Amino acid sequence: MKQEILFQMKSPYRDDFKIQGFRFGEGEKSVAIVGAMRGDEIQQQFTCSQVVKNLIELENEGRILPGHEILVIPSANHFSMNINKRFWAMDNTDINRMFPGYDKGETTQRIASALFEQVRGFKYGIQLASFYMPGEFIPHVRMMDTGFQNTKLAKKFGLPYVLIRKPKPYDTTVLNYNWQVFDTQAFSIYSGDTDTINKESAKIAWLSILRFLNSMKIIDNNIHDGYNSCVLSDQDLKTIKSNQAGILYSLRGAKDEVKEGDLLAKILDPFTGAVRSEIFSPVDGTIFFAHDKPLIHQNTVMYKIVRF
Amino acid sequence: MIKTIISEGLPVDEQLLIRKKIVQNGTGQKRICIVTGTHGDELEGQYVCFELIRRLNENIQFLDGTVEVYPALNPLGVDSVTRGIPTFDLDMNRIFPGDPNGHLIEHTAYEIIQDLRGADMVIDIHASNIFLREMPQARINVKMSRKLIPYAKMLNIDFIWIHDAATVLESTLAHSLNVIKTPTIVVEMGIGMRITRDYGNRLVDGIFNMMKKMKMWSGTVSKDISHPMLSTTGKVCFMNAEASGIIIPSVSHSVDVKKGDLLCQIVDPFEGVILQNVLSPVDGTVFTLRTYPVVYEGSLIARIFSKTPCHDSL
Repeated sequence: MKQEILFQMKSPYRDDFKIQGFRFGEGEKSVAIVGAMRGDEIQQQFTCSQVVKNLIELENEGRILPGHEILVIPSANHFSMNINKRFWAMDNTDINRMFPGYDKGETTQRIASALFEQVRGFKYGIQLASFYMPGEFIPHVRMMDTGFQNTKLAKKFGLPYVLIRKPKPYDTTVLNYNWQVFDTQAFSIYSGDTDTINKESAKIAWLSILRFLNSMKIIDNNIHDGYNSCVLSDQDLKTIKSNQAGILYSLRGAKDEVKEGDLLAKILDPFTGAVRSEIFSPVDGTIFFAHDKPLIHQNTVMYKIVRF
Repeated sequence: MIKTIISEGLPVDEQLLIRKKIVQNGTGQKRICIVTGTHGDELEGQYVCFELIRRLNENIQFLDGTVEVYPALNPLGVDSVTRGIPTFDLDMNRIFPGDPNGHLIEHTAYEIIQDLRGADMVIDIHASNIFLREMPQARINVKMSRKLIPYAKMLNIDFIWIHDAATVLESTLAHSLNVIKTPTIVVEMGIGMRITRDYGNRLVDGIFNMMKKMKMWSGTVSKDISHPMLSTTGKVCFMNAEASGIIIPSVSHSVDVKKGDLLCQIVDPFEGVILQNVLSPVDGTVFTLRTYPVVYEGSLIARIFSKTPCHDSL
């Protein structure tokens, strides 16, 4: 393993900002793995660190197969993580809305450019991602429908679901999209949490990455096959929105199987505790996404359920 | 009349309210809309809303049509000094045209579009951010330029920047309205978290001038309407910091500079040394200038409009 500084920038008063890379093996640029790009992506950073730990062990045992190079970048934004901010510490811009970047542009454009320069050209790209809505997910692989996506490959992660979604205009500046446009097979791994460490779901995520690398004959690390992933699109998810605001009293969470008519949650009056609304499942299925904050706005996505 | 276009419950004893002021007189069917407060830290539009409504109220007899004013599309942000929407990660001006089945804010964006749809003109007022001061200017997508430039010239601004079509900008309010044939001009002026009264008065003069030309206003208008520079007659040069440090400015905003003029110095207060002398690469007009002193490598320092070509220009 070679630990390298891939990008370095001076700060007026803080320590230098550095992006560190961990490079394994030599040969074809096989896979690049990117962890936290936002300061609250602690779960993503932790998961990536475990990938590095496992790869170091595998390398010591000679189980990274010849002819493959693996690059892991656990953190691209610790300047924000160290001060509990989600976006870039200085101007609150989002590095993952700056790809492919611009090396003569603004600070986060330069960071994105430097990062993309390092990770482009790899055959596979894996990002440990987080979502813009607060909530818990079933671990899954997410791909954008760019016409370049390969769902057969995504199933090799062995996660329960592969979700294909149509990119929106703002998606055109994220890493995953640009990877695909520049001929890298790109996968975003959602392990379910962001600003807290959930060891169970993190392990599911890092094992899925090792499983993929094994399946693609990049490492020799036999583990169980995982799930026979179900491939979904947004239309396969039934969205349930809140009809009231208040305190959310959740009864069911992500991964739960539910029947039509099951009580999923109650929304309580924050003054009297009276039940303002009961939320029932409209379908039989598995909860794919569940809002997990204690307060809920009206007309907000509470659940997404995969229909049986 | 004040009309509520969005009312959604917040968790504890509060509604998310988005409201508009409707000023109407006469039988004219023309409708213009003034929207601002998409970014909660951009406040220049607040004065424009106030002054526009004040002048309309004082001379309502000259209005023949409808003026709708939306002072705060992001009321939670304006009232809490937050650029984005509190509790929501995405920039509000990157989620249009919204989604009737999406998150509360995506649904809100959808409803805003429906409410503005069909207006004869929408002016979407922005105020840069807390780092940069902008000369009063219109920003127009090149695809919409033929229709919108004549209106932008009426607005008493200094500069019209015709920019290339970028996919990411398709999710802005202005683009989303323009594609449904609701003509919309983005005005950028001033700086975040502040009000520049002179700029506000100028734009209000411009709005009345535009209404006069649209035959919605029969009262007097300013005779001193400016003739804006058009970006297609030259180049926009970007200057970014090449060192991290503290900026000491050497020029004022909106001035003309010569090639080689010192715009600012980036200094290291620890060592007492100059890290970078930022020189103008061209003769031109400084229409964007950084006012916030702390910079990282890459921070935008200035934009200069020049009638001569320059390096790294758009």
